[in-house]
Amino acid sequence: MIPAAFEYHAPTSIIEASALLARLGEDAKILSGGQSLIPLMKLRLANPHHLVDINGIPGLSFIREADGFLRIGALTRESDLEESELIRTRYPLIHDTSQVIADPVVRNLATIGGNLAHADPANDHPATMLAAGAEIVAAGRAGERRLPIESFFTGPFATALKADEILTEIRVPVPAAKSAGAYLKVERKVGDFATAAVAVQITLAANDVCSRIGIGLTNVGLTPIKAGKAEGALRGQRLDDKAIKEAARLAADAAQPAADLRGPVEYKKDLVRVLTVRALHRALERAARAR
Amino acid sequence: MQVQVSINGEKHQADVEPRLLLVHLIRDVLRLTGTHIGCDTTHCGACTVLLDGRAVKSCTMFAVQARGKEIMTVEGLEKDGKLHPLQEGFMAEHGLQCGYCTPGMLMTSYAFLGKHKAPSDDDIRRAISGNLCRCTGYVNIVKAVQHAAAKMRNGGA
Repeated sequence: MIPAAFEYHAPTSIIEASALLARLGEDAKILSGGQSLIPLMKLRLANPHHLVDINGIPGLSFIREADGFLRIGALTRESDLEESELIRTRYPLIHDTSQVIADPVVRNLATIGGNLAHADPANDHPATMLAAGAEIVAAGRAGERRLPIESFFTGPFATALKADEILTEIRVPVPAAKSAGAYLKVERKVGDFATAAVAVQITLAANDVCSRIGIGLTNVGLTPIKAGKAEGALRGQRLDDKAIKEAARLAADAAQPAADLRGPVEYKKDLVRVLTVRALHRALERAARAR
Repeated sequence: MQVQVSINGEKHQADVEPRLLLVHLIRDVLRLTGTHIGCDTTHCGACTVLLDGRAVKSCTMFAVQARGKEIMTVEGLEKDGKLHPLQEGFMAEHGLQCGYCTPGMLMTSYAFLGKHKAPSDDDIRRAISGNLCRCTGYVNIVKAVQHAAAKMRNGGA
């Protein structure tokens, strides 16, 4: 399959890229890892007249802790996250996620920035980052701004990024002691989108009461879903079986899946319930081991 | 657009449309037809090549993105008339039937064995989970990769 013709731009700085995006407007798409965009272009579901390839912009690929945040550059490949010692040991939620996105070969090109900016409700990082309480860093002609992840996804495939802005970095708060997360995904086969998936990130206070909780849901709505009521039921509580059961019920309530080849509505909602229970248990086990 | 790439150590230059996919540059322009096009939708991995040492699906990348990069295709495995241990492994263990997925399987496995000298069968299965084979059931492919891993550990390339 051959995509429609387009003009190719390869800026070497964010300023240059941003000026290009401002000038080209709606006709332009950013090319990052290309693992969602190029298939869409081959199917002619996306026909941008201009591609702005940001892969030649230096300094957008990094994973490091600084200023109280885990900072991840937008061009960081999923396989870099998967192989990072820092992510594996300190950020199990992100490590889980990086292992179940698409397949290993796709992950060598796919980027975390693209996974978020594409804003496909079936993508995995959106729910993960909702659970983690991340911030998005966006750069445009007016400079840099930081957006809370809760206000980033504005609709299916739509974000709060302005036309001239590029997602440059993701910031995840460095976890407090006794914090951990987990991401559980049910997919029909490797490479398929989630039938449903649940991301959980918890922090326990000294008395084992849950002091911070984030729950994000993948592919059970038009946008990634933050299960706020389920979070509220756990905040300030001990995470015993009764509390977890109630939170899982509320998470399933928050899901608004559509029936498709992956299953009917009732099944997907129940999957969210079961995955929420399991993800919370896994996060608890991990938090007990975390320093 | 002028694109310069190095494929299997040899420099190539071509004037291409930006929309030309890397796999079409490799197969149609440069006539290296060992790399296959299977599903053409980023699922099957038959088109897998190495880009600066990483396995990528060449049907899901534009040729212009590969400018200045080092590409390795299945044609680059054989050295001086001698097959690579992976190629030997696929022969010895009957790791293919129709052979369509084989170039991609070989390239993904090549990149994988570069990082994992003594993988478990499970590690191999996970590594090739982005490459689909509709004939073998994967059993002999896993054996073939283990065959190569053992040979490479004993200094066989």
